[in-house]
Amino acid sequence: MYLTKEEERILNGELGEGIQKAMELLVAIGDAYDAERMIPINRAHAASSGQEGDMYFVELLANGGACCRVPTSTNPVYDIEYFDGIFEILKEEAEVPRRVKEGYKRIGAILSWCCIPYITENIPLYGETVAFSESSATPYVNSVIGAKTNREAAQSALAAGVIGKTPEYGLHFKENRKGTVLVKVEAALKDEFDYTLLGEYVGKQIGYGIPVFTSISRHPAAEEFINLCAMLNTSGAIPMFHIPGFTVEASTIEEAFRGNPPEDKITVTNRELKQTREGLQTTSGKIDLVQLGCPHYTLKQVGDVARLLEGKRICDGVSFWVCTSATAALLAKRMGYLDVIEKAGGHVVADTCIDMICWNSFKDKVGITDSSKCAYYRRFKEAMVARLSDCVEAAIKGEWG
Amino acid sequence: MKNSEITLRCHKIVGGYGEGEALVSKEPICFYLTDPKTGIVRERGHGLEGKNIANKVLVFPSGKASSVVQIDGLFKLSSNNVAPKAMVVRDVETVLIVSAVIAKVPLVDRLERDPFEVIRTGDFVKVNADKGIVTVIKGI
Repeated sequence: MYLTKEEERILNGELGEGIQKAMELLVAIGDAYDAERMIPINRAHAASSGQEGDMYFVELLANGGACCRVPTSTNPVYDIEYFDGIFEILKEEAEVPRRVKEGYKRIGAILSWCCIPYITENIPLYGETVAFSESSATPYVNSVIGAKTNREAAQSALAAGVIGKTPEYGLHFKENRKGTVLVKVEAALKDEFDYTLLGEYVGKQIGYGIPVFTSISRHPAAEEFINLCAMLNTSGAIPMFHIPGFTVEASTIEEAFRGNPPEDKITVTNRELKQTREGLQTTSGKIDLVQLGCPHYTLKQVGDVARLLEGKRICDGVSFWVCTSATAALLAKRMGYLDVIEKAGGHVVADTCIDMICWNSFKDKVGITDSSKCAYYRRFKEAMVARLSDCVEAAIKGEWG
Repeated sequence: MKNSEITLRCHKIVGGYGEGEALVSKEPICFYLTDPKTGIVRERGHGLEGKNIANKVLVFPSGKASSVVQIDGLFKLSSNNVAPKAMVVRDVETVLIVSAVIAKVPLVDRLERDPFEVIRTGDFVKVNADKGIVTVIKGI
């Protein structure tokens, strides 16, 4: 890979050890993909996870004096103060998440602690080159917004944020953004839960590639796109897709495939979605936990929860949680959603991921969620997966299925 | 039975040398869904469920799952000395590269023959990423 004089100086450590480590990682990636040069980025999203690998790298960079050169947002860890008041979390267990949060602060990141920053805290523009890690973020940014990002790791995105550049490869080139697999959707897609199931099924079927969805008749809502993106890139490794007419880079199927025939074709009917949902259940009956907001709920979804819980009472012994961004939580409070949910016995918490040590007291418990990603990474034992209205009904009754 | 040895050129992604018994997975792998203390795959329904990836030469199509967790998964395995000795993949992807760089596990792709045809679980495999050579020893 060709490096400019300044890039060489960074790589040689002349500008400090932290930025040097960031450059080393980007050069390794560039070499792996036979990239010819580095190109500037406008912004980055580091999918911080509050875990050991994450801590190792952010401290390596921050201790070496590195600082973000372009806006770089962060993924949820957990709200240490909020959970401290509710569960017993050992101080030494909370030490890694605490140091991770401190590390990102030191490195000058936007402390969004949110996994959908692309709708509020750090929004890419059409055509921008960016480095966005996090499962839903990568396909959303590429497909729905039309900015260009590769499927980054937290650390490559952070390194890109620190350097302000990324090696040029993959989805930076137009020819690599064409569809590979045609997905005919005969299933009825009613709401964001159906998009979760669609993403789960298609991601698993394709594994790696760029699906082109046809026969979707209605413009998907932001939440539907978010869930589709999250699941395509969790059950598979799918960095981009097209829905001609509804995503930005192709208005027809031919354009999506750039005139090439699809490498493969699959059809998704109601049957596949039903089987997918059934495959996610490991139990039925009594529940201990309701976990919503994986990916983080939008303000609209927090409002949906409030409407469903208005005047109701969550069953004793059921712990009910909605994870969202600090921004949405602030507005939810202002709009009265928070009061309704808390009055019903639920929690709305910002900055928090469902896959964190703060949930460890549920490790032998039964949980219900509307997210197959949450079920996949769950910190509770047995899982039920159902649409939001069913999760709320289960919370009120104390059981489901 | 006489051992047969096959030498294949490959493309280095993360340098180093590793050797061990091959473990082949037709499915993509998420390292987070392995036991960080032992290396046993615990992803329900995965083709390798219950198998141990510790100290193996792992042959698989690509990484998968949330970028957040893949690196932490391999980093923990590596910290506990139960990471694979080397990894041979078909589809390179950034998340896996970063995981391998940070966990310091040699990683190669672009074998001159399809690794899923040449390498079987139980073969002995030497991966010299620095030299860009994979050696497969059959019949052990």
